[in-house]
Amino acid sequence: MIRNLGLVSGSQLNNETNVTPSLSKSLNYRNMKKENLYKYILGIADNSLILGQRLGELCGHGPSLETDIACTNLSLDLLGQVRSYYQYAAKIVGDGRTEDDIAMLRKEREYVNVLLVEQPNTDFAYSMGRQFLFDVYHLLFLDELQKSTDITLSAIAIKSIKEVSYHQRFSSDWIKRLGNGTQESHQRMQTAIDDLWTYTDELFHQSEADIAMVAEGVGVDVTMLKDTYYKKVAEVLEEATLKIPESKYFQKGGKHGIHTEHMGYLLAELQYMQRTYPNMEW
Amino acid sequence: MFVILSISLKVVKQTNKLIMATKNWPLWEVFVRSKNGLEHRHFGSLHAADAEMALENARDVYTRRNEGVSIWVVESKHITASNPEHNGELFEPAQDKVYRHPTFYELPDEVKYM
Repeated sequence: MIRNLGLVSGSQLNNETNVTPSLSKSLNYRNMKKENLYKYILGIADNSLILGQRLGELCGHGPSLETDIACTNLSLDLLGQVRSYYQYAAKIVGDGRTEDDIAMLRKEREYVNVLLVEQPNTDFAYSMGRQFLFDVYHLLFLDELQKSTDITLSAIAIKSIKEVSYHQRFSSDWIKRLGNGTQESHQRMQTAIDDLWTYTDELFHQSEADIAMVAEGVGVDVTMLKDTYYKKVAEVLEEATLKIPESKYFQKGGKHGIHTEHMGYLLAELQYMQRTYPNMEW
Repeated sequence: MFVILSISLKVVKQTNKLIMATKNWPLWEVFVRSKNGLEHRHFGSLHAADAEMALENARDVYTRRNEGVSIWVVESKHITASNPEHNGELFEPAQDKVYRHPTFYELPDEVKYM
């Protein structure tokens, strides 16, 4: 990753005679910070990109015209937010890569989204379950990111928070509707929540870049959001007459680039045009 | 035996029809106010299970390009419409009564913006 970023490693710097040790140390620190910030931004943006892609798959396949448009709207909201993040990331690396290169041309192991957002649209209950479990987290996260000392990240958070508030309202409503609906809708909603539950704990894991950025006052300490998250989720599930899963077994890996088997298929579709017609522009 | 079977088939068919009918969400009419100060205007219709969902659907279907500041929804069945067959008796009597338009007054120049 360091080589990809075009950053200079410490040992190379020390070999240059005209660089004093203290200067090289501070350069090194600056490069580390830059790299951590870049990775940190990807950690936020990849979640929304992959979830946006999943929602986009429903375009033309929604259960009704109205829900179809609603899901596509959510997708477009997320992709809009993602652009701001990747533009910023491209500026940080400053090696000529564009927002599109970063979004479209990484390999599977270089995406650091959580496993939850890459889960497939098994049925509408899964799509809404996935959305709801992410939205509650996303809103808490953005609320904290507004306070970031990094003004760009803070500005993106302030801009996105209204959209995400609506997302949470939309998905929570559907959880309640399906939970309180027919016997079948209740059963399907419960199955979706039970199956997706195993991916919720990872939302509160920290990568090295996360820890470094929290220390800088730039990043959000996600471990602090966990209790509020499960409380808010439980409130909606109770209102939906759904059982809160008791499972204590959780999946992880996405934040370190280790994904579920669904990710490869998703990326194949996401990247198809750029891979088939490199540098194609619309 | 055959009669009973055909009757029970009929019942099944009718129940299916009933289920199909109740499966469709009711129709709602959507009114949107484009700007403060303007009136709500009829924008179109959509399907939704209840008023709250109708509002959210209206937001997504009709105001996604920044068209509105306020939405009204009303279930279509609550709207009573005039019958086109009665257009003659309802509207034609007004056609030859041009004097009902206030166009026969001389306005003094001092009265502006009328």
